[in-house]
Amino acid sequence: MFHPFPNNCCLVLQSFQKLWEDSEVSNISALNVNGKKLPVDVDAQTSLLMVLRNNLNLTGTKYGCGEAQCGACTVLIDGQPTRSCVTNVGRVADKQITTIEGLEKDGQLHPLQDAFLKADALQCGYCTSGMIVTGVALLDKNPKPTREDIVTHMNGNVCRCGTYLRIIAAIQMAAEQKGVRNG
Amino acid sequence: MADTIEVERYELFEDQRYQFNFDRRQFMKVFGGGIALIVPLTNVLAQTAQRQGEAGRGFNRELPKEIGAWIHIDEDGSITVYTGKVEMGQNIRTSLTQAVAEELHVPVSSIRLVMGDTDVSPFDAGTFGSRTTPTMAPQLRKAAVAARETLIALAAQQWQVEPSAVRIVDARFVNHDSTKSLTISDLAKGLKLVKTIPGDVKTTPAKEWTIAGQSTPKVDGRDFVTGRHKYTSDVRRDGMLFGKVVRPSAFNATLASSDPVKETPGVQVLKDGDFIGVAAQDQPTAGQVADEINPQWKAADQPGNAQLVDYLRKNATASEGAGRPVGSIADGLAAADKKLEQTYTIAYIAHAPLEPRAAVAEWVDNKLTVWTGTQRPFGVRQELAEAFHLSEEKVRVIVPDTGSGYGGKHTGECAIEAARLALATKKPVKVVWTREEEFTWAYFRPAGVIDVKSGVKNDGIITAWEFHNYNSGPSGIEGSYAIPNQNVQFHPSKSPLRQGSYRGLAATANHFARETHIDEIAVLLSMDPLELRLKNLKDERMRAVLDAAASRFGWGKQKLSAGHGVGIACGFEKGGYVATCAEVSVGSPGGKVKLERVVASFECGAIVNPKHLENQVEGAVVMAIGGALFEAIEFNNGAILNARFSRYRVPRFSDVPSIEVVLLDRKDLPSAGAGETPIVGLAPAVGNAIFAATKTRLRSLPLVPRGVIL
Repeated sequence: MFHPFPNNCCLVLQSFQKLWEDSEVSNISALNVNGKKLPVDVDAQTSLLMVLRNNLNLTGTKYGCGEAQCGACTVLIDGQPTRSCVTNVGRVADKQITTIEGLEKDGQLHPLQDAFLKADALQCGYCTSGMIVTGVALLDKNPKPTREDIVTHMNGNVCRCGTYLRIIAAIQMAAEQKGVRNG
Repeated sequence: MADTIEVERYELFEDQRYQFNFDRRQFMKVFGGGIALIVPLTNVLAQTAQRQGEAGRGFNRELPKEIGAWIHIDEDGSITVYTGKVEMGQNIRTSLTQAVAEELHVPVSSIRLVMGDTDVSPFDAGTFGSRTTPTMAPQLRKAAVAARETLIALAAQQWQVEPSAVRIVDARFVNHDSTKSLTISDLAKGLKLVKTIPGDVKTTPAKEWTIAGQSTPKVDGRDFVTGRHKYTSDVRRDGMLFGKVVRPSAFNATLASSDPVKETPGVQVLKDGDFIGVAAQDQPTAGQVADEINPQWKAADQPGNAQLVDYLRKNATASEGAGRPVGSIADGLAAADKKLEQTYTIAYIAHAPLEPRAAVAEWVDNKLTVWTGTQRPFGVRQELAEAFHLSEEKVRVIVPDTGSGYGGKHTGECAIEAARLALATKKPVKVVWTREEEFTWAYFRPAGVIDVKSGVKNDGIITAWEFHNYNSGPSGIEGSYAIPNQNVQFHPSKSPLRQGSYRGLAATANHFARETHIDEIAVLLSMDPLELRLKNLKDERMRAVLDAAASRFGWGKQKLSAGHGVGIACGFEKGGYVATCAEVSVGSPGGKVKLERVVASFECGAIVNPKHLENQVEGAVVMAIGGALFEAIEFNNGAILNARFSRYRVPRFSDVPSIEVVLLDRKDLPSAGAGETPIVGLAPAVGNAIFAATKTRLRSLPLVPRGVIL
């Protein structure tokens, strides 16, 4: 790419740009997680995953790849499934964040958590948080998903142990239970 | 047997030191009081211990030198089982609990397993080779029988009745007319009783199982679906720092030069030989500082994928591992009507456990404790002891239930890195490998080249079988076919990449070559491949899984759509038998390969937990899809070129076909492990199905790295 400035100017420009970036950088002082406002003190550029795990000790959300390819880090941002590993915390400071820890209500498992147990939809369990959170987002949007809907919606989540068919069964099971409840 | 389970109280002498594998004082601290039942590692030792016990020399004399497992019944009645095995998704925490619950006659929920903690678990070589079910479960059963008999004897003694008059009802010990009852706590209170289990304890035969053999749910399943379970990467210690290692530019590289590191407040940089590590109070800072260090590395030229096959052949050494030749290949070929010679290749693949390697290390008073997800806690303890010149008692390795391993977590690199940084900073340090590090700095399933030469009569009887495997390994190399003239050899070679264990080891490679070759012979003879297999198989268990899979699949009876093909393969490894049938479709035009349907039948003796077994078989089939169709490590000149999930494709929801698992329950046979063997049948079944659909024979794994037949 053509650059009009000589090298030393370029350096000046770079440091200026850095400053400009830095001026954008602010600290985030609180996050809305699982219905609670939790105080934090982090750089807005930090990944949400690191803040959840390291600052808030909400370790149910997992690191799997750091590039939004495996879904282990999935959380809900205003109900939308979101890869927390590539989401800067500054972008979600004023939004509602739901993690796996927020799905159980008064000791009562979410129907999908319950279905995962019934369908034996896990082995090592490391993908499970991300699978459940992604599945909950699907059921919220589409209470009666077809098998194809499930595969399409869940395809970004990796289960290396290969329990995919059980996860599909669990989502179908939870859909039926929710249907019964709502009916 | 009755003598050795007789109730005794042992004095504990402090003046003698016995090799207890874990420090005896630690044992006493953990033991505290109640009843401990100790299982020696081998029956020979058990018998020795029994004789010494009978001589009335007491606790110290009776302690075996090597312990396989132990069960502790505390004075409060709680039951804790200690085993060096680790849980990483294969559900042995559940299956071993079932075994103990069965023999103790108590509910599954009343038992807690402490696994893979080197300070309190007995020594164990590691959790691999499908050994837990055939070896650890019987040991724990024996300990549980002894525990039950001990408690019964204690109750009988209290009531002054014969032990046969005591029954166990709902975890309570009751007398013959149920007028008296005692809890486990009532019986264990005030005791300090340590017993060694004799080798010949009679355990419940599979036909009489009531708890094992059932689909008991994952014992701590709720912790996983709520995110509460703490994996290694979730462990946190007071004052803990985050560590990050600066990686070399290539394998086998050494540090050429590095600029002085600029000082960053609160960040420590450790340079030690070729090791450069950073420790900081937060993870982003550790990462940033490590990125900025960027030193110069030097490394020699190294081969890549393009040179791999030649490299493995050229560097092969003399044969080792496999059996002696049987009969004469020359005679077998002379007797044959048709001959066939082919070569098969297998790529390096990565385990890619979803939890990358992680470790938290902490030094307190010269003792090192490391939490890390490894399949070999005692092996990693030894690595740490050697790395830091410590005796093994000064190192404790704790393995939280781990985010899978598949044979990929035998080593302690990450543990050593965390411990190095913790030693330098005098603070606990956590190191969690990135996905890229996991893909690059762990190790791979070995690549291989396999040459097969065979001779067969027109009636399908195979007369000669010569099989040479270069580098990938000897597991599953022998095969079950009754061929009179065989020469089967494994030739180790130099590997350009670091290689090691993997689910099923080389059995996948060897089965791929063998079962593809068998299919090629069937084509040569225009014979049904199932019929050809049955003609050459005498092993009834193998015939049974083949029959079961073929029958469920509807082998030979299907009307296939255009572009569809079916394939079959079978195998035996680690005590389990598998037969796999697959149907694929190949798109036209474009040649896009899609796996449509899989039937896998599996037999591993008496089934311990049907639902978990089915889950394991399904999981093995799914994992096998990756290695069969598209997984391959791309490498050149000491670097991995596809070290990310965006570049290294693993099976996803959309790759999974309909999978039917047919389990054969052989209650008359001992239970074998099940995590590995079901993986071996898929690749050849799929390759054979692709041939049936297209008449294109694929002889390299992965079969269709780009998803299409070129």
